[in-house]
Amino acid sequence: MAIIGQPTKSRWSLPRPNGFLILTTLAALCVALPISVVLSFIISGQSDAWAHLRDTLLFRYAANSFLLSGLVAFGVIVLGVPAAWIISFYRFRGRRILSFLLLLPMAYPAYILAYTYTGVLDYAGPVLTWMRAINAPTYLMEPLLQIRSLPGAAIMLSLVLYPYVYLLSRAAFLDQSANLMEAGYSLGQSRFQVLRRIVIPMARPAIAAGTLLAVMETLADYGTVQFFGVQTFTTGIVRTYYGFGDTAGAAQLSSVLLGFVALLVIFERLSRNRVQYYSDRLRKLEQASVEITGLRALIAQGLCLIPIFFGFVIPSGLLFYWALFYSEIQSFWHITLNSFMLAGGSSIVIVGVALIIVYANRLYPARWLPHLTLLIGLGYALPGVVVAIGILIPFGNIDGWISGALKTFGVEPSLWLSGSLFALVFAYLVRFLAVANGNIFSGLSRIRPSLDHSGRLLGLSQSGVLARIHVPLMRGSVLTALLVCFVDILKELPATLILRPFDFNTLAVKAYELADDERLIDAALPSLLIVIVGILPVIWLNRSVGKE
Amino acid sequence: MRQFLVIALAVVVACPALAGEVNVYSARKDALIMPLLEQFTEETGIDVNLITGKADALLSRISAEGAATPADIYITVDAGRLHRAKQAGVLQPINSKTLKAKIPSRLRDPDDLWVGLTLRARPIFYAKDRVDPSRLSTYEALSQDQWRGKICVRSSNNIYNQSLVASMIEADGISATENWARGLVNNFARKPTGGDTDQLRAVASGQCDLAIANTYYFGRLLEATNQADKDVADKLAVFWPNQDARGTHVNVSGAAVTKYAKNRDEAIMLLEFMVSDEAQAYYAEINHEFPVVPSSTISPLMLSLGRFRSDDLNLSVLGVHNTEAVKLMDRAGWQ
Repeated sequence: MAIIGQPTKSRWSLPRPNGFLILTTLAALCVALPISVVLSFIISGQSDAWAHLRDTLLFRYAANSFLLSGLVAFGVIVLGVPAAWIISFYRFRGRRILSFLLLLPMAYPAYILAYTYTGVLDYAGPVLTWMRAINAPTYLMEPLLQIRSLPGAAIMLSLVLYPYVYLLSRAAFLDQSANLMEAGYSLGQSRFQVLRRIVIPMARPAIAAGTLLAVMETLADYGTVQFFGVQTFTTGIVRTYYGFGDTAGAAQLSSVLLGFVALLVIFERLSRNRVQYYSDRLRKLEQASVEITGLRALIAQGLCLIPIFFGFVIPSGLLFYWALFYSEIQSFWHITLNSFMLAGGSSIVIVGVALIIVYANRLYPARWLPHLTLLIGLGYALPGVVVAIGILIPFGNIDGWISGALKTFGVEPSLWLSGSLFALVFAYLVRFLAVANGNIFSGLSRIRPSLDHSGRLLGLSQSGVLARIHVPLMRGSVLTALLVCFVDILKELPATLILRPFDFNTLAVKAYELADDERLIDAALPSLLIVIVGILPVIWLNRSVGKE
Repeated sequence: MRQFLVIALAVVVACPALAGEVNVYSARKDALIMPLLEQFTEETGIDVNLITGKADALLSRISAEGAATPADIYITVDAGRLHRAKQAGVLQPINSKTLKAKIPSRLRDPDDLWVGLTLRARPIFYAKDRVDPSRLSTYEALSQDQWRGKICVRSSNNIYNQSLVASMIEADGISATENWARGLVNNFARKPTGGDTDQLRAVASGQCDLAIANTYYFGRLLEATNQADKDVADKLAVFWPNQDARGTHVNVSGAAVTKYAKNRDEAIMLLEFMVSDEAQAYYAEINHEFPVVPSSTISPLMLSLGRFRSDDLNLSVLGVHNTEAVKLMDRAGWQ
């Protein structure tokens, strides 16, 4: 025991400070930095724009954000739960492949789906051109032209976010014991009644957790709502920061948004706790699923195909077509390289930090460490816009001090922090450290402590154990963490847009700029590259869920 | 022989001084500006480094970089943003007789902090089959009840609308303009969405009868390679509002020299190059705009839209009223 845990009198007392603990504390401070900066503006200085915002736009931002979240919550449940139910309770031809394909829309950032559908449903786009050719009535064509609206944004977001609900509710369905359902049948309940009274109530916490994740992503979304002209908190923050040039106003709006997100995080934690409570492991449902054929199988296949079709097949087909026929690949080489280097480098940093944090938790079972780790987990819930503003403000000030200090030595003033890749990597760390942590934690917890002991007895240092025993043993988890971070960074738009160094473009930023310039077809190639790379972790995710 | 050596030496010594460089931060897309910059390099040997981005982001960058900024020239596609840069105190006066002589004073900053380089108008476009142009007169008249549910225009976030409203604040005052904006919002056929091209398409598709849009978007549709876009242009016609009084609202894409420019002389040379008649004709035509230099050739496509009287307002006023315009549109519910 002395090898792993420090002998401590109270679990709250501080162990001898060492590198692991210092780095963990630093990482927690990193995540806390943007939050506290943004919140500090509630107390300090009123901005000129704030009074104007409060009187005119605040209500609209809140109403639109709420309405959008509500619609997306509805959308992801409607798309996700029936699909999970069909996949879990019935056996039919193509079930295995459909259960995987249903995850594919996850590879799409919502804004790319938005660009693609705008192109598809454009007045001069393929659908309406065809409808005019066959003289379709205008009442059929009108709603298609309205895709750039709040309901349109809700559809886009639902199509890419329903896999959260699908995954979690599928896991919950599969985890339920068949015995309970059979008890229901033997008590004379119909299939539908069993579903309504036993299956759904037991899966409800999982469905709620998935929906809350989707709503958090909705509140954080910038690309889709900006492109569709829906005024929400995120677009308001950017508009206040750039349009009014009002940092304080932007920070104050950010703290309002942060309040909503905090509420969601609390709900999410509560619902997730209950998921664990309900999962018992008796006879698995898999054995109780029903074989269906013929028309019923066809209906099941059809229902599963709907979200796949609209969330993946249509947009991918179009992106391919546009990219193949209209794009000049060579002009994107440089940007692709930029994107990959940035995402790769940042992922390595993030996973490195995550390894240290998780290992520190293993070494020192002090009670305050999990609390710090929990704080780090909050980063994932922070909208990218808020992170960016919360980093830009302090870094700008630090740059001012550094420049002031170096002036005496004749060094030209510069943007040492806020104008460099450092700010961007920092933002990614804040945002995605939680993702890496989760993956590494699940890997490390599978390694027995006795291996640590043996390693230490054979003369390895603490970091030696991590490097020579743990990392090789959990190579899979480390690679997964790297992959998931890589793709998340590749897709990230708002923080990248605000913090990227000058003259530094990424695929996401390029796609955004081209779409913003009403050149949707030119945006296809960078979009397609993001989606193709985004499929990799989806494949992995499917495999790992399958294994469990 | 000695003479030759002296000359050769002089050339070698002078070359680095002549062949300097100039760094441009541009909100105008590289495709629209690159060919001219390349020609400038060819003629003068001065290298041009171009960085493109959003005007606001570029400006906050220049402010943040302070004295360290590598930027010599800041190019925007709107006078309001140039004024914002002026207010941010990041510009320096441009002392050039050529620029003053060639560019009309209303298209330049009164304090010589920026100059206009191309001119675009923001007229009204109407559906030929549904609207009798005799019913149209001024921007102000667009708030009349006869246009209830008939007008398409993009979001108030867009700087072109902000500048249009700023010009109306100058002409009509704040409260009259706010009332007008409320009336206009009442007449919207739909919530503002998309860009100017989308408004033109919406008129063509019958969603609305009128749209306010910049001329070059219409120009792009007229020149489009795809038939659907050409059909859109065919269904529309331009109406030049306010011809009996102040004229149609115009705006410029323009440029300024930064306060801490390290290559000021090269920067001014580049600006002077851009107002030569040939450069003007090309720079305007490539984006279907009008040259700012009156003697330059206007492209046939732009001429086909007809001659019009433009608002004589000094464009720096657009910047002066910008914040008020934005707030006014927010209050009027113009999303």
